[in-house]
Amino acid sequence: MFSFISLLIFLCMAILMVRLFAGPTLYDRVLALNTFGSCTVLLIGTVGFLAGRPDFLDIALLYALINFVGTIAVLKFFRYRRLGDAAEDEESIMAPDPEEAAK
Amino acid sequence: MLSVVIDILSWASFIVGGFFLFVGSLGMVRLVDFWARLHAASIIDSAGVGLILFGMMLQGGLTLVTAKLALIVLFLFITGPTASHAVANAAFMSGSRPHEMVEDVTATPPPAKKKTATKKTKAATTAATKGATKAKSTAAKKPAEKSAAAPKSAKAKTATGTRKATKPTTRTRKKT
Repeated sequence: MFSFISLLIFLCMAILMVRLFAGPTLYDRVLALNTFGSCTVLLIGTVGFLAGRPDFLDIALLYALINFVGTIAVLKFFRYRRLGDAAEDEESIMAPDPEEAAK
Repeated sequence: MLSVVIDILSWASFIVGGFFLFVGSLGMVRLVDFWARLHAASIIDSAGVGLILFGMMLQGGLTLVTAKLALIVLFLFITGPTASHAVANAAFMSGSRPHEMVEDVTATPPPAKKKTATKKTKAATTAATKGATKAKSTAAKKPAEKSAAAPKSAKAKTATGTRKATKPTTRTRKKT
């Protein structure tokens, strides 16, 4: 049962790999990477069941959270071109108002 | 007896969840557009992952394993849509638009011709009143600007209206 489903997850991850490498834009890749991470969480869980050691689920839980944070970090990096620096980020977020510039 | 029922149930959820996983990953490869691929990714994130983890919860029984699996389901169901929204928002902000999308059709009201006509007259009347009340030099400038600006917007709106009017008819023709 678990071998069947883990093989299926492997197949889906291999298909997702195509989009991950061939995605024309950055956002295609990020989307594929996020979905790939979800599949990895499933794979860790099923392999843990397959090995008779469901303690792997802790790792799967951690992976789910790290995957989300990683996706947001990649998006933030490619939007602001830097990570961290909260004060400078506020400056870059607040773009100059066109109305104020006209005044 | 009970174990057989649980096995059948978890097999069923594995097979249905695996089907959704497969369909979603095929969609990620085959669909034309980033905005279409977003749907496929959402299928994997919600239906596939949820059903497979549900099958694993059935196999786990009433133990700590099931609690951990429930936590994973909870976190994935919170973070998955959030991440999808973040990716979509970033793509939208970068200027990417859906395939064949020309303009936001929902923003323009359905009876396009009447609305543009009333707007034209309104702009003309406001310009006229402003010109009457204000000094001559500004009055000479402002109506000229407004009359120059109003037909442009009216033209744009009628263009979108005709687009909007022609698109559904072609679609219905294709269907019939």
